[in-house]
Formats: sequence, structure tokens, C-alpha cells
Amino acid sequence: MSLPPDAREALDSFAAAAGWEQRARLLMQWGERLAPLTDEEKSDDNRVHGCESQVWLVARQDDGHWRFAAASDARLIRGLLALLLVRVEGLSSAELRQLDLPGWFRQLGLDRQLSPSRSNGLNAVLQRMAQLASGA
Amino acid sequence: MFQPSSWRADFPAIATLQRQHQTYLDSAATTQKPQALLDALSHYYVHGAANVHRAQHLPGALATQAFEASRDKVGTWLNAGAGSQIVFTHGATSALNLLAYGLEHRFEAGEEIAVSALEHHANLLPWQQLARRRGLKLVILPLADNGQIDLDAALQLIGPRTRVLAVSQLSNVLGTWQPLQPLLNHARAQGAITVVDGAQGIVHGRHDVSQLGCDFYVFSSHKLYGPDGLGVLYGRNDALAKLRHWQFGGEMVQLAGYQDSSFRPAPLGFEAGTPPIASVIGLGATLDYLASLDATAVAEHEAALHRHLLRGLNDREGVRILGAPQAALASFVVEGVHNADLSHLLTEQGIAVRAGHHCAMPLVNSLGLDGAIRVSLALYNDSDDLQRFFNALDQALELLR
Ligand SMILES: Cc1ncc(COP(=O)(O)O)c(C=O)c1O
Repeated sequence: MSLPPDAREALDSFAAAAGWEQRARLLMQWGERLAPLTDEEKSDDNRVHGCESQVWLVARQDDGHWRFAAASDARLIRGLLALLLVRVEGLSSAELRQLDLPGWFRQLGLDRQLSPSRSNGLNAVLQRMAQLASGA
Repeated sequence: MFQPSSWRADFPAIATLQRQHQTYLDSAATTQKPQALLDALSHYYVHGAANVHRAQHLPGALATQAFEASRDKVGTWLNAGAGSQIVFTHGATSALNLLAYGLEHRFEAGEEIAVSALEHHANLLPWQQLARRRGLKLVILPLADNGQIDLDAALQLIGPRTRVLAVSQLSNVLGTWQPLQPLLNHARAQGAITVVDGAQGIVHGRHDVSQLGCDFYVFSSHKLYGPDGLGVLYGRNDALAKLRHWQFGGEMVQLAGYQDSSFRPAPLGFEAGTPPIASVIGLGATLDYLASLDATAVAEHEAALHRHLLRGLNDREGVRILGAPQAALASFVVEGVHNADLSHLLTEQGIAVRAGHHCAMPLVNSLGLDGAIRVSLALYNDSDDLQRFFNALDQALELLR
């Protein structure tokens, strides 16, 4: 599967990042790219629980293509969410089901953020996406 | 000035963690283990495991002997005499649940249970759920700004309707010693059963339960440099006699029939099923090790590290320490910085601290927070550990601000 251009850009920049500081800076920069959610979108229904920070995921389908938006009150999580969204934006449910999202974060060198002891919310967001993709 | 720990080398995991560039400052969650404990575990398994209190054979006799010797060591450690007042459980949490179920039959709707506003979920939820089952009122003793139970308010709230007082000795979030003695004296005078959650307190200094005069005292082995899966419930003889049996099975029974059975008194009557034998034996070895240390030197070391921790936090702009910690740990937040971001960057730098609500959600929320970072110390930490933490904190804050 070919990568969307933004995802390719993310991969290139993270591959070039040396050390935790640069990765953290990049994460924060990517986090800035997330379009802010409206107050209505930050509803309880869109809230993803199981996170140290508050995380919201808004999902809708447009002609069979998923459109996502996400927000968090923590900056590094915003970056992780942005990196997630560039990978899944516009996919169909079938494509989303096939996508190896942990693998995506591994490629970015960020797989430690998915370890089960992490309560940063990324795992919970991935679960929510998987539910959406399976039509649950 | 460098402050070494004379006991660091006794804990092999510290060197291993250091090789992996990990600085362990999360000992309030669980502690690293001394070599003496590892040796005892390996000795037990190498020389032959056996079940306790059941078999006539030699391995069974040896295991039972070592097991019961540990019970006596725990009794001695708490100055509770020999082991007859010591019940082994699977942790502080299960000891507190044992109490909430074992005492349930004594209460009537409308009576009261008092806990403090700073309790760990383990010393809140068993009582909360008991209150709901029985229609009791759960009274929350408020805190003063320094993070200690507000004694004046508490003495007003604990009255003749109070049937149980359950309080922590040392807060796992605020690092404050609670004014146990006046609380316990007052509660006892009101006829209440008194329960002390010593999960954090037991790790710092020696505590004498006879002097405290509580009915029950609870702790977890794993926080006291011992093995996990093991908790201790001390109960005064007359207090233990008030408990109904709560878990049923092997070991705790005297005579069993198909329709009816009779049960042993404490301690064995409250140790249904095979206990964590190796862990019990291991805790005994840990206590031997701890008893061999110069207690004054340990206390001075821990106090000096704690002062260093508080000084360093106070020196940094925007850092707000929760309460006025007196020992062992400090929790803090940084103005304008999300805990999740800070803990992310501390983790990246190999600093093992805890972020979140520390299993005391009502307390953390009542402080207007949704989390905090906690740094907690043990006798194996040295001032370099703190320096690494402060350097990492500075780096993280520089990036985030
Ligand atoms: C004050 C306090 N009480 C109770 C507990 C529960 O201990 P455990 O999880 O070992 O049962 C803890 C552990 O974090 C604690 O800090």
C-alpha cells in the first residue's frame, strides 16, 4: 500500500530524527497541525477513555471514506494523534481493517508509546478505530 | 555533595537498571529486592518446595517451619509478639477487603465508617462498598492544607456512631504522616474498630503496633523490599476474634461435612487455600536483612535524600508540590505543563517515576488536578539518582516551555 504524502513526510522526518529530544520536538510540531475541535465535537461520546490526558476522536464517513479529527489537552499526545490521522485519513473500512497501525508507529520509531503499560491513550484510540472499521 | 547509599549494592536490580539507563524513583509503587531475598527464594526452591500445614513428610515439615518462622519475624518486626496475631493475605488490598467483609456482620444501617480524604483506593473502596451493602454512612475526614488529616475536624466527626476508623499512616500521594495517635485514641474511646493502612508507613522506620494501639494494621510485602503476592494483616487477638470467616477452602477448615463445617480461628482460619509459601519465606529473609541494617543510618539517609528532593523541586519555577511532604516521596505538577507531557519526556530520558492519580482519584480531584508526577525514594537511592531526575526535568521543561 502506498503511503499518503503526509505520512511519507512524517516517516522521513522521524527516520532522520536523532535522539529523544528531536523526536519530541517533531511530535510537538506535528501536534500543532491538528485542526482544533469545536466544543460540540469535544463531547462525551467522542471522548476516548483510558488516557492520562483527555483525548477526543471524531469520526465520520464520507462516501465510504473515513474522515477523522482528534484532539488532546497534552501536546505530545496531539503529535501522536496527528501521526495516526495522516496514516488513516480517507481510508475505507476495509483498508482500515487491514492496516497495521502498531506497525506504522514502529516504522516511526514510536512503538514504545504503544506498550500496554502506557496510559497515554494511543492504544485506546487504536481500539476505537478498530471498532469503527469493523462497523461495531 | 554526593550522597551515596551504603545499601545500593545489596540490591542487584539497581545496577541492572542503571546499565539500561534507568533511574528508579518509583519505590512507593514497588521496591527492588535485596540479594538476601533472592537467595532465600532460590534456597527454598532448590531444596524442595512443599505445601505447608498439611504433609507429614520432611519437606513439608521444613517448609512449614520456615513459613511459621516468617510469621514470627513479622510479629517481631511490628512488636506484636509472636506470630499468632499475624494473618498472611495476598496484599494490603486483600487484607483490607478481608476486614470489610469479615466485619460486615457487626454493622447496622445508619452506623458510620470514617476514612480520610487521602486514602488509597484500597482503603476507600472496600469501606465504600461495605457502606453501600449495609446502608452505612461513609464519613470522609477532611485534610488540612499541609496534607495531614485535619485533626480538629476529624475528632468532631468521629463519634459514638462511628464503628470503624480506617486511615493511612503515610500518604502515598502527599508523603505526609498522619496524626494516628490522637485519632486512634479518640476512635477507641468512641468504641470504634481501628484500622491502619501501613502500606507506605511500614517502609519508613519501625512501627510498634502495640504502642499505636490499633486493632488492625495492614501492609504489602512488595513495598517493603519483599516478594509480591503477599500482604500482612496484623490484628490484636480480641480484634481478630471479631472477624467472620470470609474465604473458604482448604487449610482454614477444622471439620468439613457436606452440609456444615467448622473453621479454625485466626491466623489459619483466614488463610484459605495454599498461601504464597515462597513469598512468606522470602519476606522473612527480607526482614532479617532489614533488621541487620543500622536503622538510624537508614533514616538519616532517607531524610537527607528527601530534603534534597524537596529543595530541588522548590528551586524550580512553576513547580507546585502537593501538600507538605514529610517523608519518602513528593508529588508535583508544573504550571502550564501537562503531566502526560512531562511524564512522557521523563520516560524518554530513563527516569522511572509515576504519573497519574496514584490510585487516589478522589484526593487528586479534590486538589483540582487530574494527575500529578510522583517521585518516591528508597534506601538504595543516592543523590545521583536525584541529580539525573532534576537534569531530565530541566530538559523536559525546556522543551515544553
Ligand atoms: C497507601 C496504600 N495503601 C494500599 C496500597 C495497596 O497495596 P497493594 O496494591 O500492594 O495491595 C497501596 C499501594 O499502592 C498504598 O500506597
